[in-house]
Amino acid sequence: MTGPVLSIENLTAYYGDFQALFGVDLALQQGQALAIIGANGAGKSTLMRAITGILPSPRDAIRLNGQPIGHLSAPEVLEAGISMVPEGRRLFPSLSVEENLLIGAHVRTGSRYWTLDGIYDLFPILAERRHNPGTALSGGQQQMVAIGRALMSNPDVLLCDEISLGLAPVVIRDIYASFPKIRESGASVIVVEQDIGQALKIADHVCCMMEGRVTLSGAPDALSRDAIHDAYFGVSA
Amino acid sequence: MIWLDTIVQGILLGGLYALFAAGLSLVFGIMRLVNLAHGDLIVLAAFLILTIVSALGLNPFLGALLAMPVMFGAGWLLQTYVLNRVLGDDILPPLLVTFGLSVVIQNGLLEGFSADSQKLSAGPIEAASLPLGPVTVGVMPLLTLISAILVIFALNQLFYRTRLGRAFRATSDDAVTAGLMGIRPRNVFAIATGVAMVVATIAALYLGMRANFDPTIGPARLIYAFEAVIIGGLGSLWGTLAGGIVIGVAQALGAAVNPEWQILSGHIAFILVLLVRPRGLFPRAND
Ligand SMILES: Nc1ncnc2c1ncn2[C@@H]1O[C@H](COP(=O)(O)OP(=O)(O)OP(=O)(O)O)[C@@H](O)[C@H]1O
Ligand SMILES: [Mg+2]
Repeated sequence: MTGPVLSIENLTAYYGDFQALFGVDLALQQGQALAIIGANGAGKSTLMRAITGILPSPRDAIRLNGQPIGHLSAPEVLEAGISMVPEGRRLFPSLSVEENLLIGAHVRTGSRYWTLDGIYDLFPILAERRHNPGTALSGGQQQMVAIGRALMSNPDVLLCDEISLGLAPVVIRDIYASFPKIRESGASVIVVEQDIGQALKIADHVCCMMEGRVTLSGAPDALSRDAIHDAYFGVSA
Repeated sequence: MIWLDTIVQGILLGGLYALFAAGLSLVFGIMRLVNLAHGDLIVLAAFLILTIVSALGLNPFLGALLAMPVMFGAGWLLQTYVLNRVLGDDILPPLLVTFGLSVVIQNGLLEGFSADSQKLSAGPIEAASLPLGPVTVGVMPLLTLISAILVIFALNQLFYRTRLGRAFRATSDDAVTAGLMGIRPRNVFAIATGVAMVVATIAALYLGMRANFDPTIGPARLIYAFEAVIIGGLGSLWGTLAGGIVIGVAQALGAAVNPEWQILSGHIAFILVLLVRPRGLFPRAND
């Protein structure tokens, strides 16, 4: 059996003197979808920033297919095969929808499974809006652009940070409907979600974070509501 | 008819100012860096062309063509080894560093070439003129304006039609997210400054052919360039051309009234435009 695609061991992260992660461990298996849940400020986005190289990490704390990548910069991590849908989407306002997608393939094109046409098949509405500025779209459509942009590099690992934030339930359902197709491409996926119901529905494995630590980890159906509640909010006295 | 003539001459002069300003505008648009040494870098390029022309006995246009790759390299090195180190949230360090660079370039040129004025000689074309409807225009000023339009057009194509231009705009929008796309903002900045120095070389060519230059004239060119960029709206290349023309026309009109008013009227036009449109004529939406 092969090891995990992405493994994280004893990862720490700091903003200046402030320590935001305290020895996080987790493993993402090939083809798996891992959900990371946790309250505001738990350190979920910090973990994503550390994996993608925006925040510096110890070299050996993060491994992709066994290779240490903790020390790599953001462009190097992208080239190694990890791409991210960042929290708040962060589309480029000066770029059209199509340019936002194309820039996702600026340096890395990976397996070439995902192309512009592939993304337009996945999210047909984007084809109609291809020449609009990325930021002139609705929140849900912008999120589709952000997902498409991350797919354009054909990543081995796709990180999604709170893609349902601020969207209506029906829009969230549409966006999550694309996940089976995304996983068919062979990408392993980490989704950060505050929407626990949504996270449990699509995930093979769930990690709950609190105050910079992983407090609970397991298969969704193996975790009881109470265990999740305690891990999410801290054990009530 | 005298007024029409004056305005046409002003528009042509504006072409020169737009050339001074285009590189400044490009760099500001991409990295929010105000390069106080821009005028001196233009003068440096003029001396480089002069050196090439006198060493190889070439025509200044060919000399400028040879100077372009050298200036691109100089811009790339300057950005990579100096400016990238001081770019950050604080705008003061880059201002101080480019101010220092301005002083260094001026003194270096004084040391190497003395304070004597120089000129790039282009031959008979310098005095040639042709009738354009009711007015007569000099071939050299006309070439300058045409070059300015071509330069701005080419920069716009680069910006909006190429993969590199896409990276320029993405980096300018959000350098952190651009990094997530595999873009290395520092490399993008180095290329942008290299391109700005190529444009500065074209500006230097016309500066040197149209008037005398010496090592100390950089800062005054910077002021015209700066005013053109601000009148046009920060980050807008066509706006920069319009800004150059506004200053050129104002100067020509001022000079027609009283030759001593030429420079002053350019500055007054600058202040008037800012009073009416504080963000310039063509401000970018997302600044
Ligand atoms: N740029 C920053 N500088 C300093 N501290 C930060 C910064 N970003 C986050 N933090 C702190 O790090 C901790 C973890 O924040 P993080 O953004 O990772 O939380 P999160 O789990 O993603 O929360 P949310 O669900 O609200 O997005 C918080 O205490 C936060 O205040
Ligand atoms: Mg977050």
